[in-house]
Amino acid sequence: MSNQHQHAAETDKHYLLGIYNDEDVLLEAVEHVRGKGVKIYEVFTPYPIHGLEHALGYDRSFMPRAAFGFGALGNLCAIAMQSLIMGVDWPMIIGGKSFIAIPNFIPVIFECTVLFAAFGMVGTFLATNSLYPHKVPRIFDRRSTDDKHVMAIDLAKNTLSEADIRSILLESGVERHTDANGVEHVGVKQRNFTDEENKGSFIRYLADLIANGVTSSNRALKTSN
Amino acid sequence: MAHHAEHFDLDEKFDFSSAVKKKIFTILILGLVFAVIGLIMLIMGGNDSHGAHGLNGMASDALAYSGGAAGTEHGGHAHAVTWVTRVKVNFWINSVYFVGLSLIGAFFIAIQYVAMAGWSAGLRRIPEAIFKFLPFAAVMLVITFAVSYHDIFHWTDSSLYDKNSPNFDAIIAGKAGFLNMPFYITRSVIYLGVWILFTFLMQKQFNKEEYNLDPSKPNKQFFTLVKMSAGFIVFFGLSTSMAAWDWVMSIDTHWFSTMFGWYNFASWWVGGLATITLTVVYLKEAGYLKFVNEAHLHDLGKFVFGFSIFWTYIWFSQFLLIYYANISEETVYFIDRLSSDKYAKFIFINLIFNFIFPFFGLMTRDAKRKMRILKLVCIAVIIGHWLDFYQMIMPGTLKDQGGFGFFEIGIFLIFAASFAYVIAMNLAKLPLIPKNHPLIKESLNHHH
Repeated sequence: MSNQHQHAAETDKHYLLGIYNDEDVLLEAVEHVRGKGVKIYEVFTPYPIHGLEHALGYDRSFMPRAAFGFGALGNLCAIAMQSLIMGVDWPMIIGGKSFIAIPNFIPVIFECTVLFAAFGMVGTFLATNSLYPHKVPRIFDRRSTDDKHVMAIDLAKNTLSEADIRSILLESGVERHTDANGVEHVGVKQRNFTDEENKGSFIRYLADLIANGVTSSNRALKTSN
Repeated sequence: MAHHAEHFDLDEKFDFSSAVKKKIFTILILGLVFAVIGLIMLIMGGNDSHGAHGLNGMASDALAYSGGAAGTEHGGHAHAVTWVTRVKVNFWINSVYFVGLSLIGAFFIAIQYVAMAGWSAGLRRIPEAIFKFLPFAAVMLVITFAVSYHDIFHWTDSSLYDKNSPNFDAIIAGKAGFLNMPFYITRSVIYLGVWILFTFLMQKQFNKEEYNLDPSKPNKQFFTLVKMSAGFIVFFGLSTSMAAWDWVMSIDTHWFSTMFGWYNFASWWVGGLATITLTVVYLKEAGYLKFVNEAHLHDLGKFVFGFSIFWTYIWFSQFLLIYYANISEETVYFIDRLSSDKYAKFIFINLIFNFIFPFFGLMTRDAKRKMRILKLVCIAVIIGHWLDFYQMIMPGTLKDQGGFGFFEIGIFLIFAASFAYVIAMNLAKLPLIPKNHPLIKESLNHHH
């Protein structure tokens, strides 16, 4: 429980974590915690949980709109490309058709629409989630990749005091267990990220890569816990 | 998010009230009025076709084929196209279309069972009621064929196969092994017979599940139906393709397309899905099927949306290959349609109704969840696929003597009203929710 860093800088991030064993308990806890007016930063789970986005009150994703936009772009690019190649740059008579014969273009238009939409969506997804090389992942609790569900609450974004939030979490069904030495562990803890840990920069990564080549420093994940 | 277990009235029954009957009869009377007006117009305006032998001098004939000495397919012995022919062709268009729509009811249930889909379990009565129209449509098909095969199917003319006749047609004679009356009738009887037999067997299982469920074996009917459905799907795949060749493609006897079976299936399938969705929406609007929520509508909307694109894919694949290869034996089909001032517009109306409209109308998630939009798109799709069959059948049978007018609309409305009547009548027979379906709970609690 006492995992607090003593030398916290101004820009450090302070989170309070609630750790849960069971997804149904988690879903109820999310509703409970939000009902008390606590803003949840994010919930980390080992596998997707049905209804979690709904419980967290997330807005609908804008990915479908991105897909439509990129698809429309691909559509126009394919029409422009084929018209310019087949109609302007190097006109050829094929099967007696006119140079710009739209039915012939449709398979390529279709393929380009799908390709642009797919790549555009992958790119949008990576960009909106800041997933780029050497992004420093902030792992709140390693057990969230194994068998625990972790709810993270950003203390700076909440008006309630840490003690209040802690007591709300304690009554929300967090996991409890007693270890071999008879010490009771309760699944509420604080997790701080130092200024250094919060920064991940693609530019720094590239500079490091150019200067030093592939080393353990730009390959390893920073996962101190 | 805890899903609250809701309780629905599992014994609710559809009341085929006089108000519903009145609506259906209004459509029927409207159809009759249109048909009569159309018929009078046809008879009055039909003078130009009398005695006009060999009027079918369309571009197609010049291109029809170059191999045979006997000339073109339609040359010399074309029958005068009168209003009687047009009446027969209209009955053929609608019989083929409505046989397909009602058959899709059975196919829809079959794929739900084979996939062991839970979400649709509560909606099963609707396709169940739809396939009840199959025997009626099949009888219409058989009667229309018996009365008018000579006007619809060019290949039934025996002189085409006679080497000494001036009408001898080498290409059609070469197809005699497949396109001969005994084999053709046998095939058609087998398709219709097996389809109807399957619907009866399926209904028997449904009734057993509803009224005579053995509590010690509550899943018995379900697994029987899964097995039956798997067999039916295999037969369905084969038979709908062949039925499309026989009932529709053989009208343009010289011409053939390897996409045709799929193309017809896709048209029937989308039309059937739209019918199912529309019926669900109407029932929901009338206060029935309380358990149906946006998730069910969304799934039905996805079906209509996805398979509209599938239909377009098939339609375009057929068109593109013919257009690109530019072989006169193949292009004749599209020349008959696209170079005709009577039919060219239907190619484009067809694409607007069956592709543009469902594609943009149902693209977003919200649209698939709104009953008003679903209703609009489904009606457009049902009309659109009727037009699809219209432009498959009419140009090949009536050539430039065909047309589109009050009569076509009238006959379609009469068929549609009868279809609606049979659906409503059968919906009222059993409780609306098949409460003993083993997956019913999944359907009642379907959310996403």
